[in-house]
Amino acid sequence: MRTMRSQLKFKALIAVVLPLTFILNCSSSNEGTDWQLIWSDEFNGATGATLDQSKWNFEIGRGQNGWGNNELQYYTDRTENASLDGDGNLVITAREENFEGANYTSARITTQDKLEITYGRIEARIKTPFGQGLWPAFWLLGTSNSGEIWPQIGEIDVMELRGQQPTKIASTVHGPGYSAGNGISGDYNLTNSRFDTEFHVFAAEWFIDKIDFYVDGFLHHTVTKEQIENAGNEWVYNDPFFLILNVAVGGNYVGSPNQSTRFPQSMTIDYVRIYSE
Amino acid sequence: MNTITTKIMTKVIFSGLLLILITTGCERSVDGLEEADLSNNPNVFVDGFSGGLEYAVFQGAVLNAFQVDTDVTSDGTGSSMRFAVPDVNDPRGSYAGGTFFTTTPRDLSEYNALTFYAKATESVPLGVVGFGNDLDQNKFTAEVTDFRANTNWKKYVIPIPDASKLTSEKGMFFYSFGPIDGKGYTVWIDEVKFEFLGTIGQPRFEMLNGEDQTTNTFTGVTTSLSGLNSIYNLADGTDQSVSSAAAYFEFTSSNTSTAEVDALGNVLVGAQGSAVITASVGGIEADGSLTVESRGTFVSAPNPTRDAANVISVFSDAYDNVDVDYYNGFFNGDGQTTQGGTGTGGADLIVDGNGVINYTQLNFVGIGMFDSVPSIDATEMTHFHVDIKVNEAVQSGDFIRLLLLNSVGDGETSGSFTINSSILLQDSWLGLDIPLSSFNGLNDRSEIGLIFFVSDNTVSNIFVDNIYFYKN
Repeated sequence: MRTMRSQLKFKALIAVVLPLTFILNCSSSNEGTDWQLIWSDEFNGATGATLDQSKWNFEIGRGQNGWGNNELQYYTDRTENASLDGDGNLVITAREENFEGANYTSARITTQDKLEITYGRIEARIKTPFGQGLWPAFWLLGTSNSGEIWPQIGEIDVMELRGQQPTKIASTVHGPGYSAGNGISGDYNLTNSRFDTEFHVFAAEWFIDKIDFYVDGFLHHTVTKEQIENAGNEWVYNDPFFLILNVAVGGNYVGSPNQSTRFPQSMTIDYVRIYSE
Repeated sequence: MNTITTKIMTKVIFSGLLLILITTGCERSVDGLEEADLSNNPNVFVDGFSGGLEYAVFQGAVLNAFQVDTDVTSDGTGSSMRFAVPDVNDPRGSYAGGTFFTTTPRDLSEYNALTFYAKATESVPLGVVGFGNDLDQNKFTAEVTDFRANTNWKKYVIPIPDASKLTSEKGMFFYSFGPIDGKGYTVWIDEVKFEFLGTIGQPRFEMLNGEDQTTNTFTGVTTSLSGLNSIYNLADGTDQSVSSAAAYFEFTSSNTSTAEVDALGNVLVGAQGSAVITASVGGIEADGSLTVESRGTFVSAPNPTRDAANVISVFSDAYDNVDVDYYNGFFNGDGQTTQGGTGTGGADLIVDGNGVINYTQLNFVGIGMFDSVPSIDATEMTHFHVDIKVNEAVQSGDFIRLLLLNSVGDGETSGSFTINSSILLQDSWLGLDIPLSSFNGLNDRSEIGLIFFVSDNTVSNIFVDNIYFYKN
């Protein structure tokens, strides 16, 4: 009987707490933070124009072992794979075509050596592609300035999506002892919308001792230094990181495209904005 | 224990109320639904019939296959719809099927899907389910074939091809479930309603199932566009294809003097030339096209003039034809390559109302009258007539052999008559009146069950018309 009673109490507690939590989440949980815009690309420019190369680099080719994930695309710097749409967006387009021995082309851009940040709010407004085997991502990698290699350098995935799951994104950190499939990850599901039919705002708020991940202003995942260290691992997020935007095709995370996958597929990025405290 | 159960119930109800209040606070007002105006009521069958909903059984279906079930429901409240599908040979009807409709139309244009929960007594494909069947013009039908159901309740989504068209719709839900492997089963369906789901997206449309087809045809030929589908991507990332009525589509011809297309996808071929028929839905171009190559005026075979009393007709618009199993048996296992004979009444081409068979890739093809229809008793007949036009150059060595089979599969006998290249005509009708006595080996013609055209690939493309036996 005692057990029963405490269960009932627990249920009641949940019922009360749930609505409250909802209300709290409507406003930012890092309320004390006064974010100052320090860098942005609004992707304003003529239709078909290429990227501002004072801000971005193209990464070219297939990487090692398909960028470590058996990805199938060849990344190019052609405007067919990345260009401005004239409406204030950057469009990264994955295409099905034979190119340099690959069956697909796409683009992967970084701010390496052009924008490297430690802490701050990293935000982008994005509409994703969809379909089996598409893997769009907005993420950060630590620089290898001191000669370290992944996963020691750290990785912060603000948003990655499996094209076959158009209502779900994941936000993840990877570091030594918790990389690849063991990354510390949180999913966010849309219940009455999709990531590929509307723009959504993805953000990470990165502090000295925690990283908060947001979708459309909703805090959905937090990773703390304490949590990582309690698990016996190292917090590797006190050094400079750079941004990456890419659309991969195939690979371990998503599997290969199939007959249902429609090409070309595009990730449309309205803006990328970086704030500091 | 009783007390605790009650308490739990109370709390469940309480939290349910909370949710409702929250929802009302955050989303659009639902005041409209509380007023007498039901014109955009999304509910079809939620815990019972929605206001103004009626039910009609399809012809040939079991009359009382549908019952309201208060014991088995998806959410434990109200009632569900139960459909008892008959075994094969049930004298009450061969399937379960009917439509739920309203007498006052509803405006469904603010929704984008019909959704429902279903389960069955076993794992079965759910025949056909859809909406838009109003027992009148069925103008905006949309249906899905073979949704998979099993013993667990599952939610199903039928995207509306183009909801902006459904401003005045009476057809709310229809179904047709037949026996599987001869056996009946039971299906429950509940919570049938129209919804706007933000998780549906990426619409794509198809005519001719998305294929680019070409038809070589003639002035006056009518053909209708089929394979009209709407494909939406669902929340789980899968594509759902919905077979969609023509009225959802807008059809366009690139050259209206060669081909006109009406709102229902009927193509009327005009003057010699070329035209491409394409389609769109709500401004989105559909995959698939029909290229119409009109060769101009079609010369029909001469109209038969023999007295119908002396004729047993297999294929002719001049007579009532006997029932046939098929105009192409597709004996593919025996190496048959022949296409054609598959249109309405066997006619691949209807020119000014006159049907013509067009056999292509001909090596051999059979017209059957022995399986589910009576064979022909031609004992009193003296001749076999057929009109043939060869749609290619006739070369020496070409032939078409006609083969008649009597008592198919049961003491079978046959006789053949060969038309050789010196007789065959390119691009002109050849009318043949062959004495049945010339079919060597056909000693009994009381049960003619198969008529074969055999060319062994020498002649590959022919028109055929006016196939009949007659008494001179």
